[in-house]
Amino acid sequence: MSNNGTLLSVRDLRTYFDTEDGTVKAVDGISFELKRGETLGIVGESGSGKSVTNLSIIRLIPSPPGRIVSGEVLLDGKDILKFSDEEVRKVRGRRIAMIFQDPMTSLNPFMKISRQLMEMTQLHLGHSRREAYEHAVGMLETVGIPDARSRIESYPHEFSGGMRQRVMIAMALSCRPELLIADEPTTALDVTIQAQILELIKQLKDDTGASVILITHDLGVVAGMTGRLIVMYAGKVFEQATTRELFDRPGNPYTKGLLRSVPDPTAEQGKLYQIPGLPPDVAHLPPGCPFAPRCERVEEICRREFPPFVALTPDHHSLCHFAQEVYDESARERDAKGIVG
Amino acid sequence: MKDDHSPHDLHPPKVEVEPLPGTIPPLDGTLDANDIHTPPEAAIGEADLRAAEDGEVIKGNSLWRDAWRRLLKNKLAVLGMIVVAIITVASLFGPLVIKMATGITPDYIPGDAYLLKSFPPFTAPDGSFSWRHPMGTDSQGRDLLARVLQGGQISLMVGIISTLVSFLIGVSYGAVAGYLGGRVDNLMMRLVDVLYSLPYIIIVIVLLAMFRSQTARGQLILLFVALGSVSWLTMARIVRGQVLSLKNQEFVLAARATGVSTPRIIFRHIVPNTLGPVIVYATLTIPTVMLSEAFLSFLGFGVQAPLASWGSLATDGIANIAIFPWQLIFPGVTMALTLFSLNFLGDGLRDALDPQMRKF
Repeated sequence: MSNNGTLLSVRDLRTYFDTEDGTVKAVDGISFELKRGETLGIVGESGSGKSVTNLSIIRLIPSPPGRIVSGEVLLDGKDILKFSDEEVRKVRGRRIAMIFQDPMTSLNPFMKISRQLMEMTQLHLGHSRREAYEHAVGMLETVGIPDARSRIESYPHEFSGGMRQRVMIAMALSCRPELLIADEPTTALDVTIQAQILELIKQLKDDTGASVILITHDLGVVAGMTGRLIVMYAGKVFEQATTRELFDRPGNPYTKGLLRSVPDPTAEQGKLYQIPGLPPDVAHLPPGCPFAPRCERVEEICRREFPPFVALTPDHHSLCHFAQEVYDESARERDAKGIVG
Repeated sequence: MKDDHSPHDLHPPKVEVEPLPGTIPPLDGTLDANDIHTPPEAAIGEADLRAAEDGEVIKGNSLWRDAWRRLLKNKLAVLGMIVVAIITVASLFGPLVIKMATGITPDYIPGDAYLLKSFPPFTAPDGSFSWRHPMGTDSQGRDLLARVLQGGQISLMVGIISTLVSFLIGVSYGAVAGYLGGRVDNLMMRLVDVLYSLPYIIIVIVLLAMFRSQTARGQLILLFVALGSVSWLTMARIVRGQVLSLKNQEFVLAARATGVSTPRIIFRHIVPNTLGPVIVYATLTIPTVMLSEAFLSFLGFGVQAPLASWGSLATDGIANIAIFPWQLIFPGVTMALTLFSLNFLGDGLRDALDPQMRKF
């Protein structure tokens, strides 16, 4: 049953989209492991393949044009990609649940909150109407919706964005899934609500012991939430490390760029750093490193050869020709700051 | 530390979060009996009651209620609704009332002075004023009012049942085609295109002629099926278009991510979202079908005697239009009034259910 506490293991996952413009390699050889109770962050710019990775995990890639070309998604050692449609449906919502980015559109506008919540447990846990109803009320109370018993008969449009995201969380957690995938759960929300929602996810995760995959483009969000981080770019893992190590000592120029482009309230007012250029067109990637055209320390080899996935420590990998140098440089910068401070 | 720009200062600001009142309820369905205060239905009723007591509107917020309010603001639509309601009620109960009041049934052929003569409205056989036949009689001496009302039963039934048939076929067909998409969609919609290109009235005539039934009732059922089976095409297209735009919405993805089965997603999650345009179109289909029925009856393929519809009554009236104009005027005007009203109602519904006006 438990493979050293590993819940989910993704190996060499490749998801391609066939477009008129050629094959888009949205996810190209992603591997990672997730232990029970662990929180993993996946960070990257728009179009880096973070959402596609997670839709691939529960096989929700629109097909056509999408197709999962190769790879394994092992949930408790069993490959989801080899499941029958019926088996996958039993995993969705029951063992792996998702929260989506926009709570405004992810609830059915024509269904009462009660029916949408009840559907989950009636479907997966065989609840009767009454059990499902009471369970739904309980879940709404759990996610902090006041006066849940009367609010449950509302329609989604009567709820604010933050409330709707709470409903989504209630829905996702109502079958006590082992894995919760939160796809940019706070992007569409006010900043004040963001922190509340994150805190709620964190608390419920601790209560239920679920593992969480948190997808975001906001490094501030993952910093306080996750144990480990994956940085994605152009469908590939660029860096993978514990959150602390990655913030402390990044081993990839792209990660460094991302970290520098976060506004720092303690810094003198000045121009905010931005990584030059735009994310690449994944349908037409150059032969070398996909980040080379935007990289600050690009060299000849970067444009020519695809970089290796270097193991800086057993738990810290970086996709760069100069991973070791960047890693050492980060350490020096950190120490220099430490001395000044 | 002031100059410390190191990135682990990026932790999100801690915000006081309101305490979570409950714990996650048990999953195994074992609920404490004390937990169940009221069954869902009772809870809803209570909320309504409270709202009523407080004199404030807590509910009254569903999308349908909004639409209903907008519909009531449209005077023409309300007028149409009233006229349709009156004609429907009159058709349903009118013949019965007339029979109880005067003993005349729609197909009663009198044996006295009225026999085989057509009298104008409010006229007795001797030419004096009489309440007995407010719409006069037909050429066999039958009371025209009773016949028009009974014809209304048939006409409305043809309109409503054929529209229901087209609704059922059209919505399921269109929703399945739209949701599955790709090759299936292509195939299904090409079939619709082919059927579209055939002149539908000829199909209906062929159907009716091929399966010509001996009884009037059998002919009527055949008429429902024939009209319904050709009028679903547009419905299927409308629903497919709606589903195409809906199926990529996030709530469908969310439903799939919770393990809901495909048929359930189509019919429980997506189809209710298409109902606005569907209802509008269905309302506008009723008069179209009724007109087709009249046309078919006019050609002799529709409703057979002794049953009558507005179409067949008008056909009878046409023969004597120069001498007994009321035989055409009364069924014709009643039908026109109904069609106008249904069209106004349909237009009103379209405005009321306009997706642009929906507040999400």
